[in-house]
Amino acid sequence: MFCKQNPAKVHLTQIVGDKMQKVDLCEECARQKGVNDPNSFSLADLLLGLGASQDIAPTGGEELRCPGCGFTQADFKKAGRLGCAQCYNTFAEGLETLLKSMHKGTRHVGKVPAALRRSRDLQDRLKHLQKKLDKAVTAEDFEQAAHLRDEIKVTREQMGQAPLAEK
Amino acid sequence: MTIHEFLSPPVETARRTGPHDRIVMSSRVRLARNLRGLAFPGWAKKLERVKALDVIRPAVESLPQLAGAFSETMDNLGGLDKQILVERHLISREHAAKSAGSGLVLNKEESLCVMINEEDHLRMQALRPGLQLKQAWLAIDQVDSELERRLEYAFSSDLGYLTACPTNLGTGIRVSAMLHLPGLVLAEQINQIIQSVNKLGLAVRGLYGEGTEALGNVFQVSNQMTLGEVETDIVERLNKVLLQIIEHEENARATLLEKKPKVVFNHIGRAYGILANAHSISSKETMNLLSLMRLGIDLGEFPTAERALVDELFIITQPAHLQRQFTEKLVAEERDLLRADMLRERLRGVSRPNPKPPAPPDGSLDKRN
Repeated sequence: MFCKQNPAKVHLTQIVGDKMQKVDLCEECARQKGVNDPNSFSLADLLLGLGASQDIAPTGGEELRCPGCGFTQADFKKAGRLGCAQCYNTFAEGLETLLKSMHKGTRHVGKVPAALRRSRDLQDRLKHLQKKLDKAVTAEDFEQAAHLRDEIKVTREQMGQAPLAEK
Repeated sequence: MTIHEFLSPPVETARRTGPHDRIVMSSRVRLARNLRGLAFPGWAKKLERVKALDVIRPAVESLPQLAGAFSETMDNLGGLDKQILVERHLISREHAAKSAGSGLVLNKEESLCVMINEEDHLRMQALRPGLQLKQAWLAIDQVDSELERRLEYAFSSDLGYLTACPTNLGTGIRVSAMLHLPGLVLAEQINQIIQSVNKLGLAVRGLYGEGTEALGNVFQVSNQMTLGEVETDIVERLNKVLLQIIEHEENARATLLEKKPKVVFNHIGRAYGILANAHSISSKETMNLLSLMRLGIDLGEFPTAERALVDELFIITQPAHLQRQFTEKLVAEERDLLRADMLRERLRGVSRPNPKPPAPPDGSLDKRN
């Protein structure tokens, strides 16, 4: 809140450089600051009915543009759809609030493509083995360490990476 | 092969059966997927869309589940063809409006249908008669798993499958069922039901999906949230809600018969009267009256008719299906005449409704399928 007196009703998001800033204003302050653009809220209102639009709405000054596809926030407002997968990165900050209001969570917990899941599993396994190896070395359990090194090598090969030079 | 030669005749479509099909007409699970590195169809230039289609279509066609499928680009389908696909609930209205750069792959059983370059690069759906959400999910999950080996999806480990509209983000799943709820409508409980279903984060829509009215007392119930929940939980949750709605519908029918039998018989009798005797009838009126006749059949008022007859009429009296049976282009007024002719003809063998006194609590009314 800006004046810290009245409830904030106008929420302004401004992009300066590549940083996004958010300001919450009451109606009085908004009028004083000249923030009064009722057109800018249409998108998410359309999308969701109400309330969600504030944070992805107007940008002061230069408009944020997706480097992947050239899509802008104005386009999103008009279409209610994004331009490409990369838009989710470009407009991440503004989208967060929107996602929160429309979904159960903001992180995916469902299906993962098998190829990704495999490489993720292997990465987890590798980390786990590394940790065990460090412990074994500290404990001077060299037999165990040698065994773990072999396992790490196999895991790395499974990941399609060349085994890194050992320290 | 044209789409008309490919699609099963309405009389066969109407005979498909599934659990709870006296109330649940069909179940559907659709997944939205996009390819990595390509703009979403709505933002992509035509050339890009064509490129995406050229990559996706052969990948889809090569799936074992879609062997012998009908595959066509949308610009090669006529307006009437597309409308027929919409009336069969195989493609969305939005997809019917697409042309070059979009496509459709449909399996022989009409249980799997993939829309290419609709709002997302891929909208794949599994369809089943009656209440079979889990089966539909398993079927489409399998197709998706096969397809991800052939195509690289736009996926983020935080946000899941990336979709054109943030409302589909994450799992990209839409689980839905089409319900016939004349009892709840007649008992004026439908709005209450819709409100409570909405409160659970589920959407209730009309016959043709988003933004359409509930013609023929048919409602579509579907999940809205796609992010932050596992697919199987979404399916399970919707399944539970549907079972409750089924129970409410059965209760509404039983209560109506017990407390206001004359109201019910009057609606059904008049519906039959008009359908079997009209000389001009619109598609909308036809659906609303067929719904009441379907209720009549469920209640045992038409011993000589089967539900499949009504379900078939439900399909073939829709505008595009009707037009399809005649070579010359018909205007709406002409269709209304021909529709009435067809209904009179088809209902000639169905004798007048024969209302039975209210069934005892454990009678035929409670017979679930």
